[in-house]
Amino acid sequence: MTQDVAVLGAGMHPWGKWGRSFVEYGAAAARAALADAGLEWRDIGSIVGADTVRGGYPGYVAGATFAKALGWQGARVASVYAACASGAQAVNTARAQILSGLADVVLVVGADAAPKGFFRPAGGDRPDDPDWLRFRVLGATNPTYFGLYARRRMAVHGETPEDYAQVKVKNSAWGALNPYARYRKPVTAEEVAASAVVADPLRLLDICATSDGGAALVLAGLEFARRHGVTNPVRIRAVSTVTPRYPNTVLDLPDIATDSAVAVQPAAHTFRESIAHAAYEEAGIGPEDLSFAEVYDLSTALELQWYEDLGLCGEGEAVKLLREGATAVGGRIPVNASGGLASFGEAVPAQAIAQVCELTWQLRDAAGDRQVDGARVGIAANQGLFGHGSAVVAVR
Amino acid sequence: MVAGWFAGDGEDFRLLGTRCSACTSVFFPREDSHCRNPGCPGGDLEEVPLSRRGHVWSFTDGRYRPPSPYVSDPELPWEPYTLIAVELPSERLVVLGQAAPGVTVADLAVGMEVEVVPGVLHEDAGTTWTTWQWRPTEVTA
Ligand SMILES: [Zn+2]
Repeated sequence: MTQDVAVLGAGMHPWGKWGRSFVEYGAAAARAALADAGLEWRDIGSIVGADTVRGGYPGYVAGATFAKALGWQGARVASVYAACASGAQAVNTARAQILSGLADVVLVVGADAAPKGFFRPAGGDRPDDPDWLRFRVLGATNPTYFGLYARRRMAVHGETPEDYAQVKVKNSAWGALNPYARYRKPVTAEEVAASAVVADPLRLLDICATSDGGAALVLAGLEFARRHGVTNPVRIRAVSTVTPRYPNTVLDLPDIATDSAVAVQPAAHTFRESIAHAAYEEAGIGPEDLSFAEVYDLSTALELQWYEDLGLCGEGEAVKLLREGATAVGGRIPVNASGGLASFGEAVPAQAIAQVCELTWQLRDAAGDRQVDGARVGIAANQGLFGHGSAVVAVR
Repeated sequence: MVAGWFAGDGEDFRLLGTRCSACTSVFFPREDSHCRNPGCPGGDLEEVPLSRRGHVWSFTDGRYRPPSPYVSDPELPWEPYTLIAVELPSERLVVLGQAAPGVTVADLAVGMEVEVVPGVLHEDAGTTWTTWQWRPTEVTA
C-alpha cells in the first residue's frame, strides 16, 4: 500500500461558456486552490498541468503555460495528456513526485475552453488515427456511442428512457446547489422527455454539454502538511491509471470494433470495472466502505453503468439502486453530489481534477447544501479516450 | 480512404480482417504490423474475410449532423443515419457500421440477425466512396 498525500487546497473557475482562454480559467482555479491552502505561488516547488488539445500550442504545454500566467518562479514543471483522464494522471504525477521526495508541495491545474457542439478530431487526413476514422468512416460522434450503451442496457437490463431521465433529475437538483456548476436549474423528467433526441434513445438532456472551466489542487506530503499546521487533511489514498486488458470486449470510444475473444478469454473484470478495482486494491478498501462517489456521467445511462462497474451493486441492478433512491440525496451511496457532468459539462482536462475538488469539499464537510452526511471515504472515477482508466480514492 | 477493409460484390461482399497465425486472434480494422495479444509470441498476420452475418449488439442513430471529417452536404437537410454494432459469433468481436439506407432504429432489436452489404458513404462529381453497411437479414427476401 502506498502512502497518502494531503490535499491542502482545492479551487475552481465556474464552468460555462465564457469565451475566454483556458489559461485564464486555469490561473483563476490555481489562485483559488492556493488561497484555500494558505500558500503563495512562490511556495510551490512543482506544477503539473493537464493538457488540452484545443488551446493551440500552449495547450500542449499546459504546465508551463499556467506557470507563466502565474509568474515564472522556477518550479519543476510537467504537462500530462490522457484525454478525459488527463486530470487524474496529473494528480498521479504530482503524487509520484511527492512520494518519491522530488517535491514537498505540488500545484495541479486543468482547464479548457471547449469547442461548440460535438467534440471532433484534429484536422487533416489522418487515417492512422482511430478517432479520425470513426468520424470519417461512420460519422460516429461521442453521443452515438452513449446511445449504443444505453440501447444495450435497455435490452439486457430492462432500463427505460424514463429511468435515464431520473439520473438527470437527480444530478441537476444537486447542480442547482453548486456555485461552480454551469447549469444551476433543477430539471424535470418532463423537460428531459421534451428535449430533442440526439442519439436514440438519448435526448439532449441525457447527454453532457461541452463547457469551459478550470479546476486545481494543491497536494503535499503529510509531513509538509503537518509543518504547515494541517493535522487532519483530506488524503488521497489511491490513484488508478490502468489500461484495458486484451481482449477488450466492450465497444469503446473511439473504436470501430472490439478485440476478438477467439484466442484469449476476456479478463474477469471489464475495463471500467478494473479501473475501480485497481483503486480499491491500492486504497485497501471495497465499495462497501464508500460514503459517496463522483462518476463520469457523459450520459445519464452511463452513470448507471458506473454503479455496477464501481461495485455499488451487482450487474443489472443499477436501475434498482436508482429507483430506490440509494444514489440520491440522503441515500446510502450518493453519486454525483457535485451535479456531475450533467450540471458542469465537459472541460476535458479539468474534469477529473474537479471531481477531486468535490471529494475534498465533501470530506471536509464543506460542501454546503449538497453535503453528504458523514462523508469519510469517496471515489472519483472516469475513463479517458484511447484506453486511459482513472479513479481516485480520498479519505478523511 | 481506407484500403483493404472490405472486398467483393453482392453476395461475395466481405469485411476483411487479419488473423495471427500463432494465436488465431482476429483483428478488424486489420492489424498488419504486430499481433496485439500480449501473451502471443507474434505470428504472421494473414488477411481473412469476416463472417457475413452476425447479431445486433446494440444500435443507435445520429439525429444531428456530425462534424468533419464526416462528409455531408451542408446545403441539404440532415438525414439521420442508423449505426449498428454487430457481434460476429465465430470471430467473437463486435463491429460498428452504418445501417443500409432506409433501416431505422424502429426496425432493429438487440440480438436480431444482420448481414454485411456494400454501400456508399458519399459521392461527389469525381469519386464514390464505398463502405460496408449492416442490413437485417429479414429485409433481403
Ligand atoms: Zn498472436
